[in-house]
Amino acid sequence: MREPPLLQVEDLRVEFPTPKGSVRAADGVSFRVWPGEIVGLVGESGCGKSVTTLALLRLVRLPGRISSGRILFKGSDVLMLPEPEMRLLRGGEMAMIFQNPMTALDPVFTVGDQIAEVFQAHPNLRTGDVRTAAAAILERVRIPNAKAQVNAYPHQFSGGMAQRVMIGMGVAGRPSLLIADEPTTALDVSVQAQILDLLRAIRTELHTAIIFITHDLAITAQLCDRIVVMYAGQVVESSSTRDLFHAPRHPYTRGLLDSMPRLGQKRARFAQIPGQPPDLGALPVGCRFAPRCPRAEARCRAEEPMLTPSGDAREVRCHFPLEAP
Amino acid sequence: MTGPIASSQSPISVRELTGRRLARFRSGDVLVLIAFLMLAAIVICALIPATLAPYPPNQQEITLRLLPPGWMSRGDSAHLLGTDQLGRDLLSRVIHGARISLIVGLSALAISGIIGVAIGLLAGYYRGWLDDWIMRLADVQLAIPYVLLAIAIIAVIGPSNVNVVLVLTVNGWVVYARLARGQALSLREREFIQAYRALGARDWRIVLQHILPNLLSAVIVVASLELAGIITLESSLSFLGLGIQPPTVSWGYMLADGRTYLLGGAWWVVTFPGLAITATILSINVLADWLRDVLDPRLKI
Repeated sequence: MREPPLLQVEDLRVEFPTPKGSVRAADGVSFRVWPGEIVGLVGESGCGKSVTTLALLRLVRLPGRISSGRILFKGSDVLMLPEPEMRLLRGGEMAMIFQNPMTALDPVFTVGDQIAEVFQAHPNLRTGDVRTAAAAILERVRIPNAKAQVNAYPHQFSGGMAQRVMIGMGVAGRPSLLIADEPTTALDVSVQAQILDLLRAIRTELHTAIIFITHDLAITAQLCDRIVVMYAGQVVESSSTRDLFHAPRHPYTRGLLDSMPRLGQKRARFAQIPGQPPDLGALPVGCRFAPRCPRAEARCRAEEPMLTPSGDAREVRCHFPLEAP
Repeated sequence: MTGPIASSQSPISVRELTGRRLARFRSGDVLVLIAFLMLAAIVICALIPATLAPYPPNQQEITLRLLPPGWMSRGDSAHLLGTDQLGRDLLSRVIHGARISLIVGLSALAISGIIGVAIGLLAGYYRGWLDDWIMRLADVQLAIPYVLLAIAIIAVIGPSNVNVVLVLTVNGWVVYARLARGQALSLREREFIQAYRALGARDWRIVLQHILPNLLSAVIVVASLELAGIITLESSLSFLGLGIQPPTVSWGYMLADGRTYLLGGAWWVVTFPGLAITATILSINVLADWLRDVLDPRLKI
């Protein structure tokens, strides 16, 4: 692509010690994000999506730790930054918003006070009066009557409004990269659509790249430019949204797409992927998806596939990728 | 239960139920009001004892020793609650005793609260070896009976009014440390704390600005319940002669001082300071319960 990538994650490993030995929640994750791009990070619960993105901000909770890999953000390795610089990066160039807006705001402070916190952490962002600046942020995320709402408490807000506040706080520093960890999961569908509109608008206005974590493929189809599919702590496929939906290469992606309900579909049951994701403490030999894969062969159970380029800006981790239909 | 019986009974039982609930509600309210008035009176006594008391607390009138309360036949209306073995006016002494009880109680409460909460916050937020050490220390201290600990400390540093506060603080911080640690442990995992970290907030700012205010209401409730305990403890120490030292008037010391005359029939010398202690603790407890219900109905302590 035309520019150098904004974010380049290479072979990232996050480990958690357990009594049964170390478990790799993210195991050799590699992907890239270009400026102004919306990337969907998709996968089942426990596949390492959240841990991967927390690692980008170096917020993996103890006892978890990043054991290897590189995270190049604007050309410099995030994992090498001293903590004070890291702190300025968080909420500055790289921001994150969370799944449940009602619990992600401190219940004892007004919304305005909480936005003011961002200016506390990043004094360079403030222009003029804190109240006015806070109101300006609420206006940017399209909260009506922003000047008065500055004095409201989080419990007076609906889930959608609270999520707008979170987004406002996230983009207060005009970040180059916004990480959104399932920001619409806790919201109902119509509010969800408004939040997606808001994220699109922010991308356009601020040229912010967005990593959008979700397990809802329908949302990624509407929102994302590219999609990274994760399975059992690894990236199994990454591709443009269009290519992914039209011609998935990895059998797991194919399984996910087949298990989506379609309008006008007559089938009584949804197709499903048999079995469960593997226990990260007891991974199968060979391909991690092989036990559930309809196409698995002897080689899949013996040799682990690598993430390899496949066609036009696509990557897939499979010995026998699906061909275009 | 069959239909007709149930329907004929239900109006009565409903009325009964609401009536009882109303009565309970009212009596609770009245109790809180009484407790409030009682505590207010005690606080006023503590603030301006010299104005309220008819005599200086240590003024002796040896010819009038062990005078019974004013309403009794041998009593003197000038000494409403009677006098003690040295002829000091009991009413004046009870009024003056309020001051030291409240001063000692509140200062021990404040100091142990601040220290305990600070330690608990650090332990709960940073975890690790700091947490392990502090909590083991707290466990060890809880295993030692407090009077024993108090006697040991006083034996080393000597009895004085300041040392009483010190002993009460050493005894009191554990409760706050454990409470604050528990709350900090649960709060630090809450999403909004993580959200603030992701926004680049410093650790000390998260602790002071977000964790502390969120656990404060629990601390206030516990502190109000603790206050009664601290005052009791102060009285017990003074009773044992390890607490407040004369000439400062304290209720606990008055109890100790007067108990030898109890057998001689001078019941009033110990009864009135005892009643003062009881009234103080009872009213604080009632108000603390009420405060808990108001501040945090979900809190179970």
